[in-house]
Amino acid sequence: MGTRFRIKRFNPERDAVPHWEEYDVPVEPTDRVLDGLHHIKWYIDGTLALRRSCGHGICGSDAMMINGRNHLACKILMKDVGRTVTVEPIRGLRVIKDLVVDMEPFFEKYRSVLPYLITHDEPPEKERLQSPEDRARFDDTTKCILCAACTTACPIYWADGEYVGPAAIVNAHRFIFDSRDEGTEERLEILAERSGAFKCRTTFNCTDACPRGIDVTRAIQDVKRAILFRKV
Amino acid sequence: MIKQTFDAVIVGAGGAGLRAAVELAGRKIAVITKLYPTRSHTGAAQGGIAAPLGNMEEDHWEWYMFDTVKGGDYLVDQDATEAMCRESVEIVFELEHWGLPFDRTPDGLIAQRRFGGHTRNFGEGPVRRACHAADRTGHMILQTLYQQCIKHDVTFFNEYQVLDLLVEDGVCAGVVAYHIDSGELHTFHAKAVLFAVGGFGRIYKITSNGHALTGEGVAAAWRRGLPLMDMEFYQFHPTGVYKLGILLSEAARGEGAVFVNDKGERFMERYSPTLKDLAPRDICSRCVYQEIREGRGIGGKDYVYLDFRHLGHDILEKKLPDITEFVRVYQGLDPAKELVPIQPTAHYAMGGIPTTINAEVITDERNAPMPGFYAAGECACVSVHGANRLGTNSLMDILVFGRRAGQHMAQYLKQTEPVLVGAGHNPDSDVRERLERILSRTEGESAARIRAELQQMMMDKVSVFRTETGLREARAELRSLKERYARVKIDDHGRRFNTDLLEALELGALLDLADATIASCLHRTESRGGHFREDYPRRDDANWLKHVLIYRREDGNHEFRHKPVVITRFQPMERKY
Repeated sequence: MGTRFRIKRFNPERDAVPHWEEYDVPVEPTDRVLDGLHHIKWYIDGTLALRRSCGHGICGSDAMMINGRNHLACKILMKDVGRTVTVEPIRGLRVIKDLVVDMEPFFEKYRSVLPYLITHDEPPEKERLQSPEDRARFDDTTKCILCAACTTACPIYWADGEYVGPAAIVNAHRFIFDSRDEGTEERLEILAERSGAFKCRTTFNCTDACPRGIDVTRAIQDVKRAILFRKV
Repeated sequence: MIKQTFDAVIVGAGGAGLRAAVELAGRKIAVITKLYPTRSHTGAAQGGIAAPLGNMEEDHWEWYMFDTVKGGDYLVDQDATEAMCRESVEIVFELEHWGLPFDRTPDGLIAQRRFGGHTRNFGEGPVRRACHAADRTGHMILQTLYQQCIKHDVTFFNEYQVLDLLVEDGVCAGVVAYHIDSGELHTFHAKAVLFAVGGFGRIYKITSNGHALTGEGVAAAWRRGLPLMDMEFYQFHPTGVYKLGILLSEAARGEGAVFVNDKGERFMERYSPTLKDLAPRDICSRCVYQEIREGRGIGGKDYVYLDFRHLGHDILEKKLPDITEFVRVYQGLDPAKELVPIQPTAHYAMGGIPTTINAEVITDERNAPMPGFYAAGECACVSVHGANRLGTNSLMDILVFGRRAGQHMAQYLKQTEPVLVGAGHNPDSDVRERLERILSRTEGESAARIRAELQQMMMDKVSVFRTETGLREARAELRSLKERYARVKIDDHGRRFNTDLLEALELGALLDLADATIASCLHRTESRGGHFREDYPRRDDANWLKHVLIYRREDGNHEFRHKPVVITRFQPMERKY
């Protein structure tokens, strides 16, 4: 099966504006979109720039917009994208080259929510106890691989780069609802600000985009409720 | 050239590098990574991290140590292994204190599961030793360590590829790195350098390793005259997704999945009567290939099945959600109902840069360190894995020896003055020349074709079963691939995010590491752990109970030296499961 790839290309060393290029690629229905991109890079045009590493949806390097929706290129198969596939960089972050965007603003938002366990007492000699039920409360949000697919699918984030974005809220959720954590107040303060959780208009783009199947919108709603009622 | 100075530089932001960074936080340090930290391959580890907590049944560090020594076919250094097994409990509690979301027992303790080669009472039967967070334990370790680095405000240089080590009069003085975004070379001057650069599974076609795992750091050390140790020991994980090599965790078998051949037979019972499907990986991989060779691969082809069906949906969704999803996405199968085609996949380098138990890189068989240079994790060989690593032990290795590296470096920094570099020469001139040669060439062959041939050749001739004839052919083919690489040509001649150039450089490292691997395989004329020579099918303790150091000489030839194995508690015995 041959498939036509339409790829949005931009090299700031050469181009004033982005342009589209097309490639016919011999791929199997069970190949990943990443395999098609590799075929282009390795055998047709080595100048194509993209990020990838693990190739199976765990490292979060290759989030891109495929046929108008955010996916990991290594986790969507050719049989699910049709005979013509368009590939663009994720939106809302500066394009460095082709499919590679500047991730720094994304990680800055992540860091802003204090994404680490905060405790005030000395830890016990052994493990802290946590019931399976308490552990289950934040299980979903521990799956986040920081690929940015959710944040860069969010129309609020496109319009307002100040918005902390779904991924950062997911990672705040992971600690806010962890029975061992004692930093809830601080985090809720941060997320109650203008750039915080209430920017969310529940369009569910983030949930649709998440390659890890995290119920992102629900996590954001949990956080909003925690801010309103000061209770987790 | 951009010059920066730090007290210490850590290369690699997987588990070993980040654990060392946490230890050194507060000092002037930099972590340099070719990716973003959370992309590191530690995050791909699935099933668990071993520690004899005894949360679910009786367990002791001595049992764990015995299993590790026996699992490594007695080539492990027992002083290092004792350190690892004793410190393992504290390491797991430390991770928990930093917030790692381990799964819990009904009593709220850290939950543990069975894993290959981990036994109770010196081999009597499987034991629950692997602490887990579903089947994304590595992901949680990587996230937790990165979170601690953020908390401690560690400085990162993301997307910098380290290409050379600075050495002045035998003392390590920093690294040269290529900034992928700008194409600039940076020299990082430091009193101490830690390589925590990971593995190099991309020398093989079917591998669980990410595309980034190409071994530039290990190759850079080798090119600077340092030895590599035990390079003939490369682990093939028995359960890779057929044709793709994506890892399906041993936790699958820990939870009860079994191998099945074309006749529907649970064949591991024949080979390993006690541990059956939980025999160590080297044994399982050989058995899978043996079944295939004897015509019992599925439909006579080169794969067998992993059978999860009796586990049911609940266990799969709760305990093995990620690998259930991999099977669903990449194979279009429901493991709760269908058999899953698997084949062995190149997974882990037991060998690497030799170190002391404090992660100091050594230069010879008498353990003479190179001052200021450290290595930890998969790129290093300390050696706690010997001839075959047990499942889960990569994660304990990176944490114990990442921490030990950080502790030793902290001491070293206090006692040492900075090394002056660059009197009379440019420290980055070698790298600059290498880059310019590739960038300026307009005629030649693409890296992708040479790489594909290398990976296929390594798969055919240097994988689970090895012979003198095959290895000699591999050596000759490698020589011709290297000649072709001398004329490698790229399409992208720009400076900005030039991954075309990067892949060409990566191929240079892959070729060197394949070279060291093939030569070491030819050198060791016995079978032990992951190194199986069909022409020498027995372990030969009289001649080969020793580590092999391989050096690359200026003329490209190899020199071998031998280093004794440290044996303290457990004398070599026949290895049966």
